[in-house]
Amino acid sequence: MLGVVFIRNAVERNGPDPARQARRELVQRHGLTDLCLFTEARYTRHPSQADFHAPFQDSPLALEYFPSGSLMPPPPALKKNHGRPD
Amino acid sequence: MGARIERQKNILDYTLAALLRRKRKNAVLVLVYTLIVFLLASVVFFSRSLQREAADLLQGAPEMIVQRQVAGRHELIPLAYLEKIKKIRGVQAARGRLWGYYYDPVVGANYTLLVPESREVAPGTMAVGEGLARLRLSAVGDDIEFRTHDGSLKELKIARIFPAELGLVSSDLVLVAEEDFRGLFGMPRELVTDLAVQVRNPKELPTIAYKIAEALPDTRQILREEILRTYDAVFNWRGGILIAILSGSVLAFILLAWDKASGMSMEERREIGVLKAIGWETADVIQMKCWEGLAISLTAFLPGVLLAYAHVALTSAGLFEPVLKGWAVLYPHFSIKPYLDVSQVAALFFLAVVPYTVATIIPSWRAAIVDPDAVMR
Repeated sequence: MLGVVFIRNAVERNGPDPARQARRELVQRHGLTDLCLFTEARYTRHPSQADFHAPFQDSPLALEYFPSGSLMPPPPALKKNHGRPD
Repeated sequence: MGARIERQKNILDYTLAALLRRKRKNAVLVLVYTLIVFLLASVVFFSRSLQREAADLLQGAPEMIVQRQVAGRHELIPLAYLEKIKKIRGVQAARGRLWGYYYDPVVGANYTLLVPESREVAPGTMAVGEGLARLRLSAVGDDIEFRTHDGSLKELKIARIFPAELGLVSSDLVLVAEEDFRGLFGMPRELVTDLAVQVRNPKELPTIAYKIAEALPDTRQILREEILRTYDAVFNWRGGILIAILSGSVLAFILLAWDKASGMSMEERREIGVLKAIGWETADVIQMKCWEGLAISLTAFLPGVLLAYAHVALTSAGLFEPVLKGWAVLYPHFSIKPYLDVSQVAALFFLAVVPYTVATIIPSWRAAIVDPDAVMR
């Protein structure tokens, strides 16, 4: 049965997918940058466009309070080293 | 060879009969085990599907986005910056993008407003995502009121609703004309939200990004590769939501395996003693326990994996919806096709089947090397 699921999945994956094609075209036509998964805050709606201090935008000591913000890690680009602090 | 297979068949026969003798206990064990495998496999299948979907769709994202930063925050960028960027060698095209957020107090949801480059939306009208239409109970031809920056109301007519299968990228999307966007937010004509840059040779992207950073020090460049990496990290099994769900399942499983490994019941010890007394060897007992572990773990593993596949394929991992939803009022209804590959299933197999099977062997070996007379007493 697992084998049947594997084969079905492979056939579906390699076959035509009009819905995915339409999504791809929409992204390309409008230059979208993010998936619409978490819509409650701008840094969860567009994590790839979030600024360096996204979770602390209200004040430097404001803790992150959106559940999805605590469930997804910060983008790797935000964690890269920007130079020695000396 | 034939005798060896016959011997294994007999051991397997005995094992299955022994498992059936403790029907209730084993049924509960298999049920819990199946649930753990189901949860683990659902998380793995769902995250992998979203990861693949994001990697596939966001290939169409702009090659480079240039944002202006003021005091560490994203600020509107002057269109004059475009001229400086266009002068950099290797830049093929650059354009300003107009987009932003609108909080709708009627339903308490946030929308993403975007001005399409192609001017496909006439002033006074808009194209909206299915999530917005669902939330506002609206159809094509309906008007929706927006409160502008100066407190006045502006009505926009729904000219088009994106189909539900586009929900993953457009559920909260509102496409409006430039004049409506600027009128709504009071944004001056010389400012845009950010800039999208296209280069002649993608290999030169980091160099061009560096040159833009030098020419415009108050800007930040986001490459498409970074956007893709962001989604790779969000849905990577090592990060965020996945680690939260996985750690619970893995801990429960470790507990189960530990309980099994830490000892056997008196009844099981006596059974091994009887088997040894009637002539079974230590190796036979270990083989029997090995078969038992395999039978239980495979009985749990196969339905667990199949149920997880159905969970992702048929309900788009509906059980995870409350977790993913967070505080979002507008949650997209999307369907994704699960992405199955051999490495995922193999990893699940080694994570679920192997530890359990191994855990059952050690205590049985300890019981099997004890003198049968002592065990039976």
